[in-house]
Amino acid sequence: MATPTLDRSAGAAPAEDPARGPVRRLSAWLHRHAGVRLAALLAAPLFWLVVAYLGALAVLFVSALWTVNGFTGEVVRQPTLTNFRTIATDEVYRTVALRSVGTAAAVTVLDALVALPMAFYMAKVARPRYRRWLVVAILTPLWASYLVKAYAWRVLLANGGPVDWLLGGPGSGPGYGLTATVLVLAYLWLPYMILPIYAGLERLPDSLLEASADLGARAGRTFRKVVLPVIVPSVIAGSIFTFSLSLGDYITVQIVGGKTQLIGNLVYANIGAANNLPFAAALATIPVLIMVGYLVAVRRSGALEEL
Amino acid sequence: MSAGPATPAVALRGLRKSFGAVEAVAGVDLEIADGEFFAMLGPSGSGKTTVLRMIAGFEPPTAGTVLLSGRDVTRLAPFERDVNTVFQDYALFPHLTVRQNVEYGLRVRKVGRAERRARADEALRDVRLDGLGDRRPAALSGGQRQRVALARALVVRPKVLLLDEPLGALDLKLREQMQVELKALQREVGITFVFVTHDQEEALTMSDRVAVFTEGRIAQVGTPAEVYERPATPFVAGFVGTSNLLSGDAARVVLGRDGTFSVRPEKIRLDGPAASAEETAAAGRIAEVVYAGATTRFVVDLDAGARLVVMQQNLTTSSADVAALRGTPVRLAWRTEHAVAVPDPVVPTPRDKESAHAYR
Repeated sequence: MATPTLDRSAGAAPAEDPARGPVRRLSAWLHRHAGVRLAALLAAPLFWLVVAYLGALAVLFVSALWTVNGFTGEVVRQPTLTNFRTIATDEVYRTVALRSVGTAAAVTVLDALVALPMAFYMAKVARPRYRRWLVVAILTPLWASYLVKAYAWRVLLANGGPVDWLLGGPGSGPGYGLTATVLVLAYLWLPYMILPIYAGLERLPDSLLEASADLGARAGRTFRKVVLPVIVPSVIAGSIFTFSLSLGDYITVQIVGGKTQLIGNLVYANIGAANNLPFAAALATIPVLIMVGYLVAVRRSGALEEL
Repeated sequence: MSAGPATPAVALRGLRKSFGAVEAVAGVDLEIADGEFFAMLGPSGSGKTTVLRMIAGFEPPTAGTVLLSGRDVTRLAPFERDVNTVFQDYALFPHLTVRQNVEYGLRVRKVGRAERRARADEALRDVRLDGLGDRRPAALSGGQRQRVALARALVVRPKVLLLDEPLGALDLKLREQMQVELKALQREVGITFVFVTHDQEEALTMSDRVAVFTEGRIAQVGTPAEVYERPATPFVAGFVGTSNLLSGDAARVVLGRDGTFSVRPEKIRLDGPAASAEETAAAGRIAEVVYAGATTRFVVDLDAGARLVVMQQNLTTSSADVAALRGTPVRLAWRTEHAVAVPDPVVPTPRDKESAHAYR
C-alpha cells in the first residue's frame, strides 16, 4: 500500500499510523474483502437454517418412510411407502385429516370476522395516540402461557361452568368437543389475524375512504368495494398464521376437545403411547403438504409480501 | 335545485373548527358565486384545506354553517352533498382500473351499464386520457393520475368541484400546462371550482376571485388584480407577490404621508429620465442584484431607510453586466398612485421584519 507520503512525525511509515490499532486494521481489511464480510455475517444463521431447520425437515420425510417392527418395537430403517398407504386407505385418517382442515378453516374464518372490525377500529377510528396502546393490548395475551389460557377455557367451558351459566344453565353451552376446540383456537390465534390486517389498514390512505364517500358511497359500500379488496392480501397473510397454527395444534384439542381427534393429537399419540415414530412422521407430513399447497395457492394474491 | 340565480353556490357563515386546543379555522364568512373559479390561497396551516374539507363534509365544523346553493348541509355526510373533491394525493382506488375508478360514482348512483360506460369514456376523453381506461392507476404518471381524479369527480356532474392542491405534486412544466387545461375545462363544464393552493402565482393566473387565508381567517377576498394591486393587509402584500413596504419614517420622507404603503417591484423604474409630476422619486444604493433570466431583481437600500425590490425586464441587460452594479447609487421612480396604502397591522411591523419581507 504505497500511499503518497504526508510528512508526519519522523519515522512513522504512512501505512502504520500509530493511531490505527489492530481492530481498525481488521475493519479496514474486511472493508476491502466483501466476500469474507458476507461469510462472517451469514455463517451462523445459514448453519442454523441448514442443520436445524432443513435437516429436521429432511429427517421427518426420511423417517416417514421407515416402519416399526410390531413385535420388538424397533425402527426398521427400510424405505417403504407402507405408512402413506395406511394413511391413504384407512378411512379414519382421511376423516381426521378432513376434520383438521375443517377446524383450521373454521378458526380462520372466525378470526377474520372478529379481526376485521377490531383492526378497522384500531387503524382508522381510534385516535393515533391510542393506537400504540391498542396494539400492546392485542399483543399482551401472547405473553401469557398457552397452557394457562387453554386451561382457563377448560374452566370456562366446564359442565355447569361460566359459559353454561351465561347461556342458561348446565349443559346449554358447547361443552368439550370440536366446537370448543374451534372457539379456543380462534381465541388463541386472534392476534395473528388482527396484526396483519391492522398493518394493511394503516397503509390504506384515509383519502381513499373519503373519496368513496365523496362519490356518494355509504359506509357499507365503501367497506365492501374499497377497504376489503385492498386488504385481502393482509387477511390472507393473517390466515396463513391462523390456519397453520390450528393445523398443527395438539394441546388445545386435548384440553377442551373431549374425544375429538385431529392430526396433531394423532401424531402425539403415535410418538407417545403407540411408540410409532415413523408413522407419526408420516402423519406430520400431511399438514406440511397442506400448508405448502395453501402457500402456493395464495402466492399470487400478494399475501406473501404482507408477512 | 330551485335556488335563484343570485344564490351563491357555496356560502360559509361564521365557520369555525378547533382540533383540541388549536383553532384551525377561526371564523370564516365567504360566498362563492355559481360558475366561479375560486382560489383559497394561504401558507400551510392557514386553515384553507380545513375549510375545503368542511365544505366537502369530511370535517364537522365546531361552529357555523355551510350552505350549498342555499341549502344548509352542515350536518350532512359527504355522500349526501352535491360536491366532489379532487384530492391532493388523488386517492385513486388502486385495485380498480382507470375506467372503473371513473365509473365508481356512477355505479353508486345506479346508472345503467351502457350509460355508465359512455359517460366514463366521455369524461376520460375530456381530460385527454382516452385509451388508458384499462390501465391501473399505478401504471400512470403523476399528471395522468391527476386527470383521472378530475374525470372521476366531474363525471357525476357535481354542483361544486373542490380541488385540494391538485397541482402540488406535479413538476413545474406539467403544472403550468395543467393550469391552462384546468381553466379551460372549468369554462367548458361551467361547474363552480373551489381550489386550494399555497402558490400565489397559481391562484392569480387561474382564478376569478381569490381569498387569502392567514391564521384561520380570511385576510382579503377579491379578484387577482385587486388582491395583487391593492393588498388589504401587510400579510397579503407579502404573501401575494413580493412585498415592498414603506412605513414610518421612510414613508414620511419618501411619500410625505403617514402609514404603511406597498409598491410592487415591477412598477418601479430604475434611473432613466427624471421623475415627472405624477411620479414619486427616491434615492438609494443597490445592495443586491439577482439575475433571473427574463428579469433582474435589484434590492435597493433607500437613503430614507427602507429597502425596496425593483424588478426590471432584461431588455438590454445581460448577466455579465449586473454583478458590477452592486453598491452603485441609483434613483428610483414610480407613479404616485402605485404606492398603495396598506391598513396598518394591529402590531406595527418592526423595520427589520420589513426588510425580511422584501427579500422574498
